[in-house]
Amino acid sequence: MSAGEPFSSRRSRLAIPQGQVQDESSPLITTKNLTKRFGKVEAVREVSLDVREGDRYGLLGPNGSGKTTLVRMLLGLVYATSGSISVLGEQVPRHVSRVLPEIGALIEEPAAYPHLSGRANLRLLDAAGPRGSRRTRSRRVDDALEQVGLAGIDRRPVRAYSLGMRQRLGLAAALVRRPRLLVLDEPTNGLDPRGIRDIRDLLIGMNESGVTIFLSSHLLPEVSALCTRIGVLDSGALVLQEQLASLQEPTGRILVSTDDPEQAVAALDGLVEHRSGADLVVRSADPAALNARLVAAGVPVTSLLVQRRSLEEIVLEVTGAGSDQFSVPTARPPMTPDGQDAPEAPDPPRPSGPRPADRDRS
Amino acid sequence: MIAVELFKLVRRMRTWFAIALMCALPLVVAVFIAVTHLAPPPGQGSAFLSAVLDDGQLYPAAALALVLPVFLPVAVAVVAGDSIAGEASAGTLRYLLARPVGRTRVLVAKLVAIVAFTLAAVVAVTVTSYAIGVLILGPSRASAVGFAPGGSLGSIAPGAGGAPSAGLQAGAAITSLSGTPLTTLQLVERVLGAMSFITVSMLGVAAIALFLSTLTNSALGAALGALAALVASEILVTLNAAGAVQPYLPTRYWLAWIDFFRQPIFWRDIQHGFGIQLVYALIFLGAAWANFATKDITT
Repeated sequence: MSAGEPFSSRRSRLAIPQGQVQDESSPLITTKNLTKRFGKVEAVREVSLDVREGDRYGLLGPNGSGKTTLVRMLLGLVYATSGSISVLGEQVPRHVSRVLPEIGALIEEPAAYPHLSGRANLRLLDAAGPRGSRRTRSRRVDDALEQVGLAGIDRRPVRAYSLGMRQRLGLAAALVRRPRLLVLDEPTNGLDPRGIRDIRDLLIGMNESGVTIFLSSHLLPEVSALCTRIGVLDSGALVLQEQLASLQEPTGRILVSTDDPEQAVAALDGLVEHRSGADLVVRSADPAALNARLVAAGVPVTSLLVQRRSLEEIVLEVTGAGSDQFSVPTARPPMTPDGQDAPEAPDPPRPSGPRPADRDRS
Repeated sequence: MIAVELFKLVRRMRTWFAIALMCALPLVVAVFIAVTHLAPPPGQGSAFLSAVLDDGQLYPAAALALVLPVFLPVAVAVVAGDSIAGEASAGTLRYLLARPVGRTRVLVAKLVAIVAFTLAAVVAVTVTSYAIGVLILGPSRASAVGFAPGGSLGSIAPGAGGAPSAGLQAGAAITSLSGTPLTTLQLVERVLGAMSFITVSMLGVAAIALFLSTLTNSALGAALGALAALVASEILVTLNAAGAVQPYLPTRYWLAWIDFFRQPIFWRDIQHGFGIQLVYALIFLGAAWANFATKDITT
């Protein structure tokens, strides 16, 4: 799945930073060497990221890695110590009031006036800032409520809402102005599985109709299912920025499950790198050929899957977390526990994920 | 944004609760006085209270004097202290600012809402206490104001008024503190003047509380800080040794609204009172703006 391309028509009002080679799609958010210190603590260090028009960009990183501070700087809530930010072609924070009307934001958890109803809260927030036309307010509020699945909401005050309802209301608040860019912090926080899928479908649908999405999340499966591009923060520094699809290219291995692993090992003649019960890791880039070979040898294959690196592996690797992962690492398969020597494997096609130095330089 | 702030003010229970409390205090006092017929003698106790048994129509003035030293400033400090800090701790501030609402605009709207609250409270106290005065204490029997400024709240300049004794005059006309009768129109004018002066008198406290509210995320802390400043000022005003600073204290001219009921109106302290409040408002609103406009919003 290639991302970023559908919106190649560049808007002339978007200023392209000087000296930068233009990408296929225009950057909606660009930061240059962005640094924020709180006293002696460096919350964000020299971050240079770019979010292009049409992206579904996922910002990942452990707790305390600076995600929230970065999001707040993009919205002009926190002022950078050094570095520059450009959002929708305008310098932030200097011209932040020009771009904020086109941005819908969910900043950490949603917040509302607890004694008012959800609808009253949305109307109030819409009335507070510029460009919230009174004429269209009711319709926009109703539309936003419907989009997040709160269309039938009654007049009860927000203090009686469940966590999931508050989260949906927070998302509705971000949608009321029909923004071009959504900046969302943990958008599926507190939602049940159905709610998570609803919101994911909503966000993908909006993205397809032209809204760029920048979200931060701890939920790797969510980001994996939703995002086209990721950035990973570790201790305030951006250690990875890449298209998710290219990070998850096949590793050159195929995971095979079979009821007769002995026969499979014999049939595959040294291609099996690792065996654990009925599950085998086979060195092969062609699943169809492998399957044909196994079937020809009379091996009952119950499942066959091209191995891709999980987002979790990618993130844990670049954030320097524990190196002894359960899944098979890409660089070198481990010795099998039952003494079967893993054969010396040639390097797979894409041996190691991008290391911190391999930032996306596009 | 101003309309939004006023809407939030109106829709909050706390607003109405505070105003109800302020209206309840004069009611309680009136009931006691009406039952016992024991008004404080002239020159003692709260201003105007000595005269209300003679004329219930004077009760609004007495009621304002009752709520002015404590109830009103406490309520104003709570509302102002909560204005920024409360939204910051609830998390709604960041959504307002990301809306976007400019930070200066937020401050101005908050200030307008605080002044509106003060004015509403003063009006409510005046109206309800007029009703209380007429219904409970009865209409004018002998309309004379036996009032001598004093008590613990600072002295009123003797100027035009002095302390007229209760001149027994027949007839229904309200008499000024100076002993001359006031027409109804004059009385209304003067009550309106006193109400606006009292509202302005709260500007200093409001500005201090608003400034503290931009410093902290604790609404309670900001309100208590402003009240501490207020209590300190009220103590220093009565302390002879602090005479050098007294003209500059925010509560120094709080009682000058009484001068509206002299004939002619004794303007000097009223003008000083206006001036002092404006200076305090400018200083602390400026500080609030300087702090808030450059602050990292991390809540």
